[in-house]
Amino acid sequence: MGAAVFFGCAGIAFGPALALVLLTVAAEPLRVIVLVAGAFFWLVSLLLASLIWFVSVHLSDREDAKLQYGLLVFGAAVSVLLQEAFRFAYFKLLKKADEGLATISEDGRSPISLRQMAYVSGLSFGIISGVFSVINILADSIGPGIVGIHGDSPYYFITSAFLTMALVLLHTFWGVIFFDACEKRRYWCLGLVVASHLLTSGLVSL
Amino acid sequence: MTELSAHLPQFQHGQLTENFPDNHLSNTNDHSERRRHDNSERRRNDNPESETNGQPQNNTQQVVEQDEEEDEELTLKYGAKHVIMLFVPVTLCMVVVVATIKSVSFYTRKDGQLIYTPFTEETETVGQRALNSILNAAIMISVIIVMTILLVVLYKYRCYKVIHGWLIISSLLLLFFFSFIYLGEVFKTYNVAMDYITVALMIWNFGVVGMICIHWKGPLRLQQAYLIMISALMALVFIKYLPEWTAWLILAVISVYDLIAVLCPKGPLRMLVETAQERNETLFPALIYSSTMIWLVNMAEEDPEAQRKASKNSTYDKQAPANQTQNEDAEADDGGFSQEWQQQRDNRIGPIESTPESRAAVQALPSNSQTSEDPEERGVKLGLGDFIFYSVLVGKASATASGDWNTTLACFVAILIGLCLTLLLLAIFKKALPALPISITFGLVFYFATDNLVQPFMDQLAFHQFYI
Repeated sequence: MGAAVFFGCAGIAFGPALALVLLTVAAEPLRVIVLVAGAFFWLVSLLLASLIWFVSVHLSDREDAKLQYGLLVFGAAVSVLLQEAFRFAYFKLLKKADEGLATISEDGRSPISLRQMAYVSGLSFGIISGVFSVINILADSIGPGIVGIHGDSPYYFITSAFLTMALVLLHTFWGVIFFDACEKRRYWCLGLVVASHLLTSGLVSL
Repeated sequence: MTELSAHLPQFQHGQLTENFPDNHLSNTNDHSERRRHDNSERRRNDNPESETNGQPQNNTQQVVEQDEEEDEELTLKYGAKHVIMLFVPVTLCMVVVVATIKSVSFYTRKDGQLIYTPFTEETETVGQRALNSILNAAIMISVIIVMTILLVVLYKYRCYKVIHGWLIISSLLLLFFFSFIYLGEVFKTYNVAMDYITVALMIWNFGVVGMICIHWKGPLRLQQAYLIMISALMALVFIKYLPEWTAWLILAVISVYDLIAVLCPKGPLRMLVETAQERNETLFPALIYSSTMIWLVNMAEEDPEAQRKASKNSTYDKQAPANQTQNEDAEADDGGFSQEWQQQRDNRIGPIESTPESRAAVQALPSNSQTSEDPEERGVKLGLGDFIFYSVLVGKASATASGDWNTTLACFVAILIGLCLTLLLLAIFKKALPALPISITFGLVFYFATDNLVQPFMDQLAFHQFYI
C-alpha cells in the first residue's frame, strides 16, 4: 500500500516533468545548467518570502488562528509575487548570458536560444516548486499511516499529486509566456502571468 | 614560453581530511599515526595536478597563435560540458550518502566522538555547547593545518616513498576496513543473512580492484566509481562522528582555510601546486577525481618514448659504420626522398642534420596531436576532499534537519550552483581555485535558512494544501 501510493503519486506529480527533462534537457549541458540555476533562483525567492512570513508571524499573536491563516495567505501571495520578480531577474541574467555566449561562440550565435532558455527556466521553476511542495508528503506516503483519520479527506495524497503536476506544467507555460512578454515588451502579458499565478494559488487554497 | 594556458584543463583544488572511528578501536598509537599521515596526505594530494595537460611545464610548444585565440573563445562553451562532467559525480556521491543516511541508522547513531573532537556537545548550557564546538573545530582545523604543512615539507624534500606509503595505507584503510563496516551495517539494516567467507571474498575483491584502479591503471569509469565510493565512505564517517555544531563550524572554517591555502602566495597548497609545476610532475593522481585520463597516459608515455627513440637512434648510429660499406653500395637509395624534395626542404627550413640529439629533442616536444586534439577530451579535475565535504553538508542536512527533504534538496541545489560558479571563475582565471568556499557558503546559508524559515512555511502551506 505504501509503496504503491508513493510510486503512483510520484509518477502523477513528476511524470510529465521527468519525461520533459529526460527528452529535452538532459542531453544538453547548457540546458542542465539553466535548469539548476533556475531552481536556485526559485529557492532564493522562497527564502525571502518565508523570511517575510516568519517575521510577520513572530510579530503577531500566535494564538489567533484566523490571523495566522490570514498571514499564511498573505505569505503565499508575497511568495507568488517574489517568484515572479525572481523570474524576471532570471530573465535578465539569461539575456546577458545569451549575449555573452553569442560573442564567444564561433559563428556569432549562441548555442542556446532565448526561447529554449525560457522553456527550461519555466520547467526548472516548476520542478523545484513541485518538489518542495510535495516531497515530504511523498516521503510520508511510504510509511505506515492512515490518511484522513481525523476527518480530513482520504484523497489527500492523490489530490496533492495532481495539483503538483498541474503546478509544474503551469510554471513551464508561465516561464515561456513571461520571457516572451519581456522580450517583446508586452506588459499586459506579464500582468496576465502574474495574475494567473496569484489566481491559481488562491483557487487552490479554497 | 608559450603556454597552452588557454585550453589547458581547468582544475580545482580541494581538500581531504580523514577522521577515524577511534573510540572503539583498540589500535595503538602507530595506527593513529598512520591515519594522521593519511589525513594530511589526503589533504594535500587533493591538489589536483597543475594545469598542464600532462606535459611538463617548461616544454615549449609551438602553438599557433590562432589556435590559442580560438581556444580562449571556446573555453566557456566547453565549460558547460565540464560543469556537467562534475555535476554527475558530485550528485552521485551525494545520492549515495543521503540514501545511506536515510536507510542505515548506524550512521546517524551517536557512538562517541573522534579524538580530534574531544569536547562533548551534550552540555547543560548553550554557551558551554558553543564553546565546546568552537574548541573542537579549532583542534580539528589545527590538525589539518599541521598535516598540510607536513605534507608540503615532505613533498618539497622529495620524500616520495613516505607519501606513497601514506597514500597506499590510507586507501587500504578506506577500501577494506570502512567498506567492511559499511557492508556489515547495510546487511544489518536489511536483515540479510551472510557468512564470513562470502563477505571476505567480496571485500577482498572490492578492495584489491579498488587499489589497482586508483593507484595504478584501470578503466576510467571504474576508477571514477571507486573514487566516488571512497569519498562517500569518508563523508559517512564524518557525518557519524562529528557532533552537530562542530560539524557546521568545521565546514565553515575549512572553506575559509581552503580559500587561504590555495590563493595566498604562501599558502601551503599553492606552494604544493607550484612545486609540482616546477618539477613537471603530476600530483598523486590517486586522490583527485579526473574526468578524463588522457593526461596521465601522455605524461607516462612521453619520456619513455623519447628515451626509446633516442636510444634507437644512437644504436642506429653505432651500427652506421658497420653499414658504411652497404651504404656505399646502396648510394642510389635515398629512402624515397628525391633530391629535389631534399633541396626544397633545405630551402624552407634550413639545412638540418638529422642527428640523434635533434631527433630526441623533436620527439620530446609534445606531438602536434596535442594542439589539435578534440577539445572535448579536455577534462576537469576536482579534489576528493571537495566531494567529501559537499557530501558531509548534504548528509548532515538530511540527517538532522527538521525540514528533511526540503532542506536536503535546497543544500543540494546550492552546492551545485556553487560548483557551477567556481567553474565559471575557473574558466575566467585559468588557475587553481578552491572549490569549497562558494559551495559551502551557499550550502550553509541554504541549510540554516531552509531549516528555520522555509520549513515551517512549507509545512503550514502543505497542511492547508496551498500551492504557491
